[in-house]
Amino acid sequence: MSASKLTKKLGGLILTALLLGPAMAFAEYSTLNMTESVSIIGQDMYDLHMLVLWICTVAGILVFGVIIWSIIFHRKSKGAKPAHFHENTTIEVIWTSIPLIILVAIAVPSTKTLLEYEDTTNSDLTIKATGWQWKWEYDYIDDKVADAKGIHFFSSLSKDANEARQLGANKALPEHYLLDVDKRVVVPVGKKVRILTTANDVIHAWWVPELAIKRDAVPGFINESWFQAEKVGVYRGQCAELCGKDHGFMPIVVEVKSVEDYKKWASAEKGMAAKAAAAANAASGKTYTMAELMTKGKEVYTSSCAACHQAEGQGGGPFPALKGSAVATTGSVADHVALIKNGKGIMPPFGAQLSALDIAAVTTYERNAWGNNTGDVVQPSQVK
Amino acid sequence: MSEHHAAPTGIKRWLFTTNHKDIGTLYLWFSFIMLLTGGAMAMVIRAELMYPGMQVVDPNFFNMMTTMHGLIMVFGAIMPAMVGLANWLIPMMIGAPDMALPRMNNWSFWILPGAAILLVAPMFMGGDFLSGQGPAFGWTFYEPLSGQYDKLAFFVFAVHLLGFSSIMGSINIIATILNMRAPGMTLMKMPMFVWTWLITAFLLIAVMPVLAGVVTMMLTDKYFGTSFFDAAGGGDPVMFQHVFWFFGHPEVYIMILPAFGIVSQIIPTFARKKLFGYASMVYATAAIAFLSFIVWAHHMFTVGMPVAGELYFMYATIMIAVPTAVKVFNWTATMWKGALTFEIPMLWSIAFVFLFTIGGFTGLMLGLAPVDFQYHDTYFVVAHFHYVLVTGALFGIIAAFYYWVPKWTGNMYPPLLSKIHFWFSLVSVNVLFFPQHFIGLAGMPRRIPDYAIQFADWNYWSSIGGFVFGLSQVLFLYIVIKTIKGGEKATDQVWEGAEGLEWTIPSPAPYHTFATPPEVK
Repeated sequence: MSASKLTKKLGGLILTALLLGPAMAFAEYSTLNMTESVSIIGQDMYDLHMLVLWICTVAGILVFGVIIWSIIFHRKSKGAKPAHFHENTTIEVIWTSIPLIILVAIAVPSTKTLLEYEDTTNSDLTIKATGWQWKWEYDYIDDKVADAKGIHFFSSLSKDANEARQLGANKALPEHYLLDVDKRVVVPVGKKVRILTTANDVIHAWWVPELAIKRDAVPGFINESWFQAEKVGVYRGQCAELCGKDHGFMPIVVEVKSVEDYKKWASAEKGMAAKAAAAANAASGKTYTMAELMTKGKEVYTSSCAACHQAEGQGGGPFPALKGSAVATTGSVADHVALIKNGKGIMPPFGAQLSALDIAAVTTYERNAWGNNTGDVVQPSQVK
Repeated sequence: MSEHHAAPTGIKRWLFTTNHKDIGTLYLWFSFIMLLTGGAMAMVIRAELMYPGMQVVDPNFFNMMTTMHGLIMVFGAIMPAMVGLANWLIPMMIGAPDMALPRMNNWSFWILPGAAILLVAPMFMGGDFLSGQGPAFGWTFYEPLSGQYDKLAFFVFAVHLLGFSSIMGSINIIATILNMRAPGMTLMKMPMFVWTWLITAFLLIAVMPVLAGVVTMMLTDKYFGTSFFDAAGGGDPVMFQHVFWFFGHPEVYIMILPAFGIVSQIIPTFARKKLFGYASMVYATAAIAFLSFIVWAHHMFTVGMPVAGELYFMYATIMIAVPTAVKVFNWTATMWKGALTFEIPMLWSIAFVFLFTIGGFTGLMLGLAPVDFQYHDTYFVVAHFHYVLVTGALFGIIAAFYYWVPKWTGNMYPPLLSKIHFWFSLVSVNVLFFPQHFIGLAGMPRRIPDYAIQFADWNYWSSIGGFVFGLSQVLFLYIVIKTIKGGEKATDQVWEGAEGLEWTIPSPAPYHTFATPPEVK
């Protein structure tokens, strides 16, 4: 056998192995297939996925098998003489009809699952998820299971993950890296949870794979979808629609609790919220020292501002520096506060996310840190 | 012309040329430069994603890379390469002396470099390259995110120019095909490549104005106080997506239909057997083109459509599987009982049939609305469209290069290097994109610069595949230059089994061909 014939033979063999190989060779690996769902509708989606995957696999084996057969046996080097046929109405009608029939067979269960998925009626509780650049805000707006109505909070990437994900941080990655938050959404097991999604700035998408729910959060519009978790546990997901710089860093964590635990959580949460509101109320009238505001301001700056304006206020890319900037030095305090509250262009408004004390503190910090040294002290009372 | 005055030489030859072969060459070189540029950006993306944690670039720069990679590959590499092939081949295939509108042809090309400069210029503004001032809103430039971008006007005008170029190119192609065929060449005797381009040109004329419209609406929203896409002013951000995908879905067929034509030329040559089901190929292409206009919202299943809309778009979308399957069956039947040989263009074409079909299967899966809720915006989608656009459209273009380059230059490609190019590309492209199916199904969203630890293994392999695939295309650049400079001389027929008018003229093709139209029986 000549060398060129051998390479051709080998080539054909590698081609075959390569195209059929991966699916079999990696079959034991656990992160190969779609996440199985704990939501009742999610299992139907998973089954549909497997059905179509198998249909495609079988169709692929048949078609690729015929081609590979030709490659091996109908080659000129084996003395094959070309046949002369180039059309056949019967066979063409058959191979147009077969895919059509398969498609109808797939469309039936798809339609059933879709109709079920889009039926958001008879829910037991309703939570509104609002996307922000780059965190989620949750409002419990209706609840038949416990007294959770009125619970409201923001949920952002956990502190340790946020530190580890900085460029060149080179830190050990914490458990559940990028899929952990500072405050989880809590829901009861076995209850139909309706999720309303909307957004404050750009389009986001609320996705938790194990709960089989993904719905866009569109500013100015409210979408609805639902899940019903059948198993207690913690389920993790993240924003699924590109929403700017930190799109990859706004996870979603849902904790499914037993009904009793959920009720306990709701009342504890409400108690804490009442205390926090009282504290904020007291804080807004109080006068703080520069040192107190600077300490608090640095905390707020690190969690809400440093992602874009950078740790030393030096800015980067499309995000302007604050160090030595007009806004944080020569500009008026009122304009500075207004900018933080209302946002501008790519910068989201922080008025609804931060308390008066937070804004006062961060304004003070920005006007005095990194050599800005204006000496301005901004009190919460100046923020309203 | 050259009999009357001296043909211009040097830079002037290329600036003022109205010759379809020169313009085809310009398009092909432009697209190659763009391919390498967009490819370099893909290398940055894969370098950042090789390990979890942020090591190479900041998130904004990463987003700029994914955005520019997509825009450059779609509008700078694949589309101009197909137009370049059309310029070189359509007149030679239909026995015409040149394109119908040669001066406009020059203008359609020379708009492109200007558009490309407008597109990439913002990356270099505001200090240094690494400051990341370029577009970072994804190649689909969804509002309202794109509206936050402060240099939006550059992007908008770049898209306008690209649209002018495409529309003029398409008008030229349609005029050439409908008016300049050799006597006896009826429509149903045209080579498949000509058919697929005729249909593609109509798609382009239909959708490029829609794209121009949507970017103009963005422009007025940003600078002139309108609220097309701003809910606060009574607009609708989702309307942006409807208009964009009304352009965007036919756009993917604009990139793949000419590749269908290319493999339909190559497979019969090396099977030494006529293309099976020529007529059904033509009808299937037309059917795919028609369906491409009425399925756009399958890109938007999670956006919150009425359930009736979701059902309609699901049914219409999966229908596309029928004409696509017919095409794959026809290629298979063409090879069946042929006398196959495996020259380089045939290797690329067979790889195309296998790998494009995989992309077709995942396309069918994505078309099913209830499971798309899990696939949408994950790496499963990234894997799908790279199987269709890299191992589909790009493999088709590379196959075309190897198939027709002996006719263009009179030289055969270097056999061993070309074989290395093929096998390295084939293996690495699968190492690059096949694992992306797995990480997508396992739950990794697309367009993120960093990921949870469970996605680390496959991302590592995907990056390794990516680097090898990237290097393989640098080898391709060397092969292209080497083949232009010299090599074994090609015969006029070049391939034993090749049929068609382009093989009746000498190799290399003279500057002017078919001054007298040939007779087609």
